[in-house]
Amino acid sequence: MTIISRKKKEKIDRLAELAARDDERGVSLWQEAFRRLRRNPAAIVGAVVLGLFVIVSVVGPFLVPYAPEAQLWKGEIRVGFIPGVRAENWFGLDHIGRDQFSRMVVGARQTLLVGVVATMIGLAVGSLIGGIAGAAAGLGGRWGRAVDNVLMRFIDMLLAMPSLLLAISIAAILGASLTTVMIAVGTVSVPVFARLLRGAMIAQSNSDYVLAATSLGVRKPKIALAHVVPNSLAPVIVQATLTLATAIIEAAALSFLGLGNNDASIPEWGMMLADAQRYIDIAPRLAILPALGIIITALGFTLLGEAMREALDPKLRK
Amino acid sequence: MALLEVEDISVTFARRGQRAVHAVDGVSFSVDAGEVVGLVGESGCGKSVTSLAIMGLLPKQPGLRVGGKAVFDGTDLLQLDDRSRRDIRGRDIAMIFQDPLSSLNPVIPIGLQVTEVLTRHRGMKGDVAAKEAAALLDRVGIPDPKRRLKEYPHQLSGGMRQRALIAMAVACQPRLLIADEPTTALDVTIQAQILELLKDLVRDSGTALVMITHDLGVVAGMCETINVLYGGRVVETARRRPLFREPRHPYTVGLLGSVPRLDAGRGERLNPIPGSVRDLLPWQEGCAFAPRCTRRVDACVGEPPELVLAHDGRSYRCVNPAPLPGLARAADAPVPAKSEPAATADGTGQAAEAGTDVPAAGKPASGPVPAPREEEKP
Repeated sequence: MTIISRKKKEKIDRLAELAARDDERGVSLWQEAFRRLRRNPAAIVGAVVLGLFVIVSVVGPFLVPYAPEAQLWKGEIRVGFIPGVRAENWFGLDHIGRDQFSRMVVGARQTLLVGVVATMIGLAVGSLIGGIAGAAAGLGGRWGRAVDNVLMRFIDMLLAMPSLLLAISIAAILGASLTTVMIAVGTVSVPVFARLLRGAMIAQSNSDYVLAATSLGVRKPKIALAHVVPNSLAPVIVQATLTLATAIIEAAALSFLGLGNNDASIPEWGMMLADAQRYIDIAPRLAILPALGIIITALGFTLLGEAMREALDPKLRK
Repeated sequence: MALLEVEDISVTFARRGQRAVHAVDGVSFSVDAGEVVGLVGESGCGKSVTSLAIMGLLPKQPGLRVGGKAVFDGTDLLQLDDRSRRDIRGRDIAMIFQDPLSSLNPVIPIGLQVTEVLTRHRGMKGDVAAKEAAALLDRVGIPDPKRRLKEYPHQLSGGMRQRALIAMAVACQPRLLIADEPTTALDVTIQAQILELLKDLVRDSGTALVMITHDLGVVAGMCETINVLYGGRVVETARRRPLFREPRHPYTVGLLGSVPRLDAGRGERLNPIPGSVRDLLPWQEGCAFAPRCTRRVDACVGEPPELVLAHDGRSYRCVNPAPLPGLARAADAPVPAKSEPAATADGTGQAAEAGTDVPAAGKPASGPVPAPREEEKP
């Protein structure tokens, strides 16, 4: 059956073929967002900082001149004097004669690992809780609202405690180790992800395309997974980028407080900062360098996260 | 037997601390297999709510009450449990919505959304489903369907999106299609194409179609039977020709009179119906249209007017209907004269055309009022 006459249709088909040559596949939301990201200077700065950080943390440990735990220049440390920047030690020595540069580079890997894993934990658990609550509240009727209520009151309990205090409590219960820090920092970010995903899903549940899908007889779990979740992910992903920044800072804070990794052979920026505070009058660089590392990394994640938020904001899209 | 028999359906939204809103207050109509039926009325008269109630798509909230019956092929849709209702949706009854952009999921390619229906109701998978989806898009007149399947809704034009939605709705060859203002969000030229498409689909597959619209031009071009709604009740039911030639209910007369016409003389003003639809409908205390009616008489207030069955199967809900042209004009003449002050109240110059209904009702005898919209074949 032809609606448009055959001749016109053939012409349109030919035009479509021509057009298809340069534009083989559709431009998705994400491709468009990426295009906008590239035009944003803040995003580029953030991406470059993060790129360097990731490269340093991945390949750096294989290229460092000295082992981070080796006290090669122990004899040179005297009371009131720590050798500073020199040819063989680019960032000088630390308080027990280890190479500060090597420790900074290897420490970057720990920082990245803690940040990423903690965020992953928060994202996974938070999205699971928020996703179930959002689907239940948006599509589930009266029982759904009950399920949503129970889950969200649990989240409110987590949220009621100050985040650092909660993290310290968890770390204290589980004992000081790197895994503890990851779990503690991840737990702190669970409520944020849960509430964000739930809110977005409830908002999407009222949209026309959900109604349209319902009118075609699509089942509720399918609607939730195939329609509502993909539309609700953008704010969650932006939040994940921003959470990476806070996770790094919080992990450093926990390490600083002595709740982190207690294995001296694995350097970590927060722990280095804690060690350095006793020598801040004679070797301020020992504190400044890890602090700068934390600040720049967190800033990079924040810049990229904010830029992504702008790029994905549907109100700003054409 | 009718395919869909809607009997006295009513929808009430109640809120604590507020008066209950009777969005739909006893609507009855029937749709035969393969028939195109129109539900016409201005905003807020309950057209969409009626259709959503039939489909069971009204948001479940405390305070929502749906009454009456909607018998589809022997089963009352309003009594079904959720599971069997979901099975009927999309397979036996499908719906086309007003805004094609917001009715399509923005982050999923068109193809996935079309195949979803095929998977759900026809058990198709993978390549078979993709091939069928492409065939469907081709059938609704989307050129280069293979490529379009991979595209996202924002890359399609408004008309294409509506075609894609129609493709999804007709994927399982439903026996009833409900189109809720399917052309409102589209350009006029595209509107004509979409209506033509719907007409063809209905003719080819024998699907019954319920057209919900406020556009009398759409109705004139498509529908065989027309139900005019006002304030949540059907005020007039008639076949297309009689309705346009000799509308009986003053509201229908008003609707027809307020359509802009190309052949109107220069400087001639539109005749709007004064006032607007109210949320709280006073059908209990008489005719809800009475406050805006130019043919109001004392009998309008007090008791709600009964549905009057006229000869040729048409019916209207009015105690003082517009007269049939050439019939007993003399007897009716004094009545509109009496109601003249009501017409002048809005001061839109209707006073100049005192007793405006008589000529207005007589006028369409020379031809249907709005020209049916026909697509110009390229």
